[in-house]
Amino acid sequence: MPPLDAAVSAPDAIVAVRGLSKTYKSGFQALKRVDLDIRRGEIFALLGPNGAGKTTLISIVCGIVNGSEGSVTVDGHDIARDYRAARSLIGLVPQELSTDAFESVWATVKFSRGLFGKAPNPAYLEKILRELSLWEKRDAKIMTLSGGMKRRVLIAKALAHEPRVLFLDEPTAGVDVELRHDMWQMVHRLRESGVTIILTTHYIEEAEEMADRIGVITKGELVLVEDKHTLMRKLGKKQLSLQLQTPLQAVPAGLEHWPLELSSDGGCLTYTFDAQSEDTGIAELLRKLNGLGIDFKDLHSSESSLEDIFVSLVRARA
Amino acid sequence: MNIHGVRAIYRFEMARTFRTLMQSIASPVLSTSLYFVVFGAAIGSRMGEVGGVSYGAFIIPGLIMLSLLNESISNASFGIYMPKWAGTIYELLSAPVSYVEVVLGYVGAAATKSVILGLLILATSRLFVSYEILHPFWMFGFLVLTAVTFSLFGFIIGLWADDFQKLQVVPLMVITPLTFLGGSFYSISMLPPVWQKITLFNPVVYLVNGFRWSFYGKADVNIVVSVGATVGFLVLCLAVVSWIFRTGWKLKA
Repeated sequence: MPPLDAAVSAPDAIVAVRGLSKTYKSGFQALKRVDLDIRRGEIFALLGPNGAGKTTLISIVCGIVNGSEGSVTVDGHDIARDYRAARSLIGLVPQELSTDAFESVWATVKFSRGLFGKAPNPAYLEKILRELSLWEKRDAKIMTLSGGMKRRVLIAKALAHEPRVLFLDEPTAGVDVELRHDMWQMVHRLRESGVTIILTTHYIEEAEEMADRIGVITKGELVLVEDKHTLMRKLGKKQLSLQLQTPLQAVPAGLEHWPLELSSDGGCLTYTFDAQSEDTGIAELLRKLNGLGIDFKDLHSSESSLEDIFVSLVRARA
Repeated sequence: MNIHGVRAIYRFEMARTFRTLMQSIASPVLSTSLYFVVFGAAIGSRMGEVGGVSYGAFIIPGLIMLSLLNESISNASFGIYMPKWAGTIYELLSAPVSYVEVVLGYVGAAATKSVILGLLILATSRLFVSYEILHPFWMFGFLVLTAVTFSLFGFIIGLWADDFQKLQVVPLMVITPLTFLGGSFYSISMLPPVWQKITLFNPVVYLVNGFRWSFYGKADVNIVVSVGATVGFLVLCLAVVSWIFRTGWKLKA
């Protein structure tokens, strides 16, 4: 049972995952006590390397895989006890292009809507197909479509029953630029209509471009959940490294209040600054060092990207 | 009850039948016609009556059962195996449908096809031999009961199978021999005494005889036992399906 305070701590959570673990029959532990709240109406990106547990997490929430421990609620409905209400709210676009080869686009979308318990609504389905540029292909058999078109069909199927929560599992893997662009636009449109979107990706730019919040998962553990802007501020930091001519014992007097760090061998001085600010302070620092008679033989500046943070997080757990 | 969901699955499955009309309907009708030509007309004309019925007419219920069992099993097993094989099962598993609704959709469609097929074979056989149906209500009852029961059995096979070979093995290795040895083409009173006893362990004997009774009012076994055995098997299959969906066996990791 989840602790009660955890369950009530996030009243705006539409998906609440509590202590979720999954061990497959092979003994592989795909998820280790994951706690996660997805806020109503947000776009949440779940970032992680292959095999990190992203798809397992999504699959449990959607009812495709049974969790081993823990609980999940969707808009207050437990996914096991109250699966009808929970699943009616969810749309899933799977990673694999699994489609019915012989069905027409129209038939398969109509099927999805019915399967999820909604009365027929041809006008709504037409709207979805038009938005996804599938309307012209509505009578085509799915097997005659390109990979990108099949991906669109899967999105149309997931949206056919007007879900309130949409899961996109690696939506842009192997997708061309045009479709990626269309998809991003569609995701933003859906969000404006109040749909909560959870996407998994290993493309960091995608998370940056689309998400409100980012979660990093690796080896079945959620190691970071952060607002994208907070994360971007961390990313905005740049570092200037100075290779000194002669090693120092300590940060020189008069520079103590500067964000400086001396390497353990004393041969490298690192200055951290905000790349976005007007005055980075570099010029003044160099003048001061000159005044103190500290010479350097080389310098370079570097930027920590989301990728660096991501890689260091993942490495730290490896 | 997710009626829209049941309807969606049922329509999807029926659409699959009509897409493969040749395979689903035409080929069983054709093969049954061939049986009639060979056993009914060519060989049957040289055989005497069985229990007061011409041989051609005698084999009609058995032939219908033969097709009904095979088609019910293969239709239903294929229907649920395909989404597993193609990966589209994810949608079914993530949908707000209970196993009862899934079964109603898949098994309902498979049984509908089988009943249509049975009636078509019955109509086709009219072209070869004349027959009468003493108890039309019971005849239709047996037809529906058998179609539903064996579609359910096929559904379980489809859930269990994880390759195409397993899908074929039960119909080929179990059902076909049992049907041929189940008195489709002969009365069990024609067998040597030992085999008459052994054959009573073959469940198909009860199906064929119950069905034949509805045509000609005569059966080798007790008709109540026939109905009871079929209903018992139906209940067993229902219990198995309910267990599979509760545990997610072969469906969910």
